[in-house]
Amino acid sequence: MPTSLDRHRNILDFALSSLLRRKWKNLSLLMIYTLIVFVIASLIFFVQALKLEAGLLLTNAPDMVVQRMAAGRHDLIPLSYMEKIQSIRGVGEVVPRLWGYYFDPVFGANYTLQVPNIDPPEPGNVMIGSGVARNQRIASGDVMAFRAHDRTPLLLQVEKIFSHESELLTADLVLLSETDFQALFNLPKLRFTDLAVTVANPRELVTIASKISEQLPDTRPILKSEILRTYDSLFDWRGGMMIVVLAGAVLAFLIFAWDKATGLSAEERKEIGILKSIGWETADVLLLKFWEGAAISLTAFLSGVVLAYIHIFFFSAGLFEHALTGWSVLYPQFRLRPVIDGYQLAVLFFLSVLPYTAATIVPAWMAATMDPDSALRS
Amino acid sequence: MRKSTGFYLLIVFHLAVLIFLYLHSSHSQIAGQAAHQHRVGLVKELGLTDLCLFTEARYTRHPAMADLHAPFQDHPGAFEHFPSGSLVTPPIR
Amino acid sequence: MIELSRVSKIFNSGKPSQYAAVSDVSLTIEQGCITVLKGPSGSGKTTLLSLIGCMSRPSSGRITLRRMEPDVPAGQLVDLEVTSLPERFLTNIRRSTFGFIFQQFNLIKGISTLENIMLPAYPTGQNLAPVKQRAVELLELLSIGRHANAPVEWLSGGELQRVAIARALINDPAAIIADEPTAHLDSRLSVEFMEILGTLKGAGKTVLIASHDPVVFESLLADRVVEMRDGQITGASAR
Repeated sequence: MPTSLDRHRNILDFALSSLLRRKWKNLSLLMIYTLIVFVIASLIFFVQALKLEAGLLLTNAPDMVVQRMAAGRHDLIPLSYMEKIQSIRGVGEVVPRLWGYYFDPVFGANYTLQVPNIDPPEPGNVMIGSGVARNQRIASGDVMAFRAHDRTPLLLQVEKIFSHESELLTADLVLLSETDFQALFNLPKLRFTDLAVTVANPRELVTIASKISEQLPDTRPILKSEILRTYDSLFDWRGGMMIVVLAGAVLAFLIFAWDKATGLSAEERKEIGILKSIGWETADVLLLKFWEGAAISLTAFLSGVVLAYIHIFFFSAGLFEHALTGWSVLYPQFRLRPVIDGYQLAVLFFLSVLPYTAATIVPAWMAATMDPDSALRS
Repeated sequence: MRKSTGFYLLIVFHLAVLIFLYLHSSHSQIAGQAAHQHRVGLVKELGLTDLCLFTEARYTRHPAMADLHAPFQDHPGAFEHFPSGSLVTPPIR
Repeated sequence: MIELSRVSKIFNSGKPSQYAAVSDVSLTIEQGCITVLKGPSGSGKTTLLSLIGCMSRPSSGRITLRRMEPDVPAGQLVDLEVTSLPERFLTNIRRSTFGFIFQQFNLIKGISTLENIMLPAYPTGQNLAPVKQRAVELLELLSIGRHANAPVEWLSGGELQRVAIARALINDPAAIIADEPTAHLDSRLSVEFMEILGTLKGAGKTVLIASHDPVVFESLLADRVVEMRDGQITGASAR
């Protein structure tokens, strides 16, 4: 009993036959298509995982960070500001923070140096991130050499190295005691990098922030919501990271689909004529073309997505390393927790599989509607 | 084996792998909870405000803390010259 | 039996290049006979074949097929006028009633002989196993069974001819239509071809050939020769 399913299967058989006839051309087509999907899907997985991680981690950031600005630049904040802020109603804890950047000319890397408020290391010791350890090829117990502000050497021993699991946060971190921090940077007394403010009632944050700005006009309060929003926009598809990679991939795909869409070769047209003359209807020919396009695009899409997942989550996004490293020497090893965003993958599916399949069917339309007797007149 | 059967098998195989990967991601979320909590603890303890993504320049290392001056540090009309600067947006108000 | 009544086919109607390929043709093709359309190129043979084979529609006139219908008492024939049928029905009738052998064979390169023969059956949604069986039988019948899985490019002219015949027979049609079938064959193969057609006639099939090859129209197997010139019938002779 002939069924619609059988008809599809038969025509699919012939479509695959047709594709295999020009084996190398179609294989290279498949590879390019898979590559494009791979790049875009990698990007989707990477950014989604980072976005999720950033959101989850940074909700634990300080409620508010107060910086002092001088001529639009971030300047040090005096201790007296802390007392003023502490006196505002609704403010919980105000913690002055000392942190900054250190450039090591020998290893060419930038480190973030910080004096932790809880359990700081003893003077003479440091706790470093695994990225730093990798960069300098040192282990726990080794000595790191720093150059103080007056060019004298400062030797600090590595007490602890943060685990790989926290690389996303601590890769370039160097925690040290306040004494050593001052020895290195010699900041003016009673001056700090910024203040971390805790607020009892989160709903009062905005009010308190405006009070702080009023009372201390040269300060810039940064709310936790702003921190989160910065990272949201960093990973937004309109953000630099996405657009740059996306633009290239989309362009490549357009060129590729355009080549397909701009017409049928004479040989293909003749074949359609033959099929029509042996009894294939227009609908059958179009179904054939549909399956030719769908076979490649389905395979490419699925392979590309699977490979992208493996690339990002099993190989730590290795291929993006060069794009993201830029000029920096220290690069965190991304061990991201995998997350699959079905919505974005569905969008990718519709934006790649549908246009490609359409690009295969449309040029065949004219030929498919030809009169069957054209084959008699060849 | 018919070609269409081979094609079906290929697609089914891919779908099976995808399902496996989906399960892998669910499992990893659970398995990674302990490490995640450790990270959360670090953020709270150290009062961290940024992820360590780009260590090139201070405004790409701490985008949430950056002032608007930092990218233009040479002079007001300077172009962005750090590659990662093109990936990082200025802080949102 | 196929009956044509005052059939005309005009191309480029309304434009200055308008011409009548077939003009006011009335003809009856007898069932179970070999009819040959004889005439020089440009005489309208190919157009007439395509009209009879339901591949195109006449500009005016009527074409009627008299055939067995499945839901009619056995032995009774029904007249079916095909001129005004929609494409869907026309295609179905064409697929089940006619098998075509083209001048250029028109086989699809790159696929096997067997697949070429089975192609007409693909879109009908049939299970391909019995179709394949039938195709193999036809190949055996035409003595080219050993080429079943070979790509068609490997076959000689005569073998290609037989593949084309096999393909025309795959749906077990009532009529075979051949357009200049011996154009690419030598005399020996042409004679062989006519013999195969004779066998088909013996099996009760109607055969219609357009040819200007004497081997065809002077063959003893041809029951009727219809002469054409300039789109019109100029003579007919029966054996």
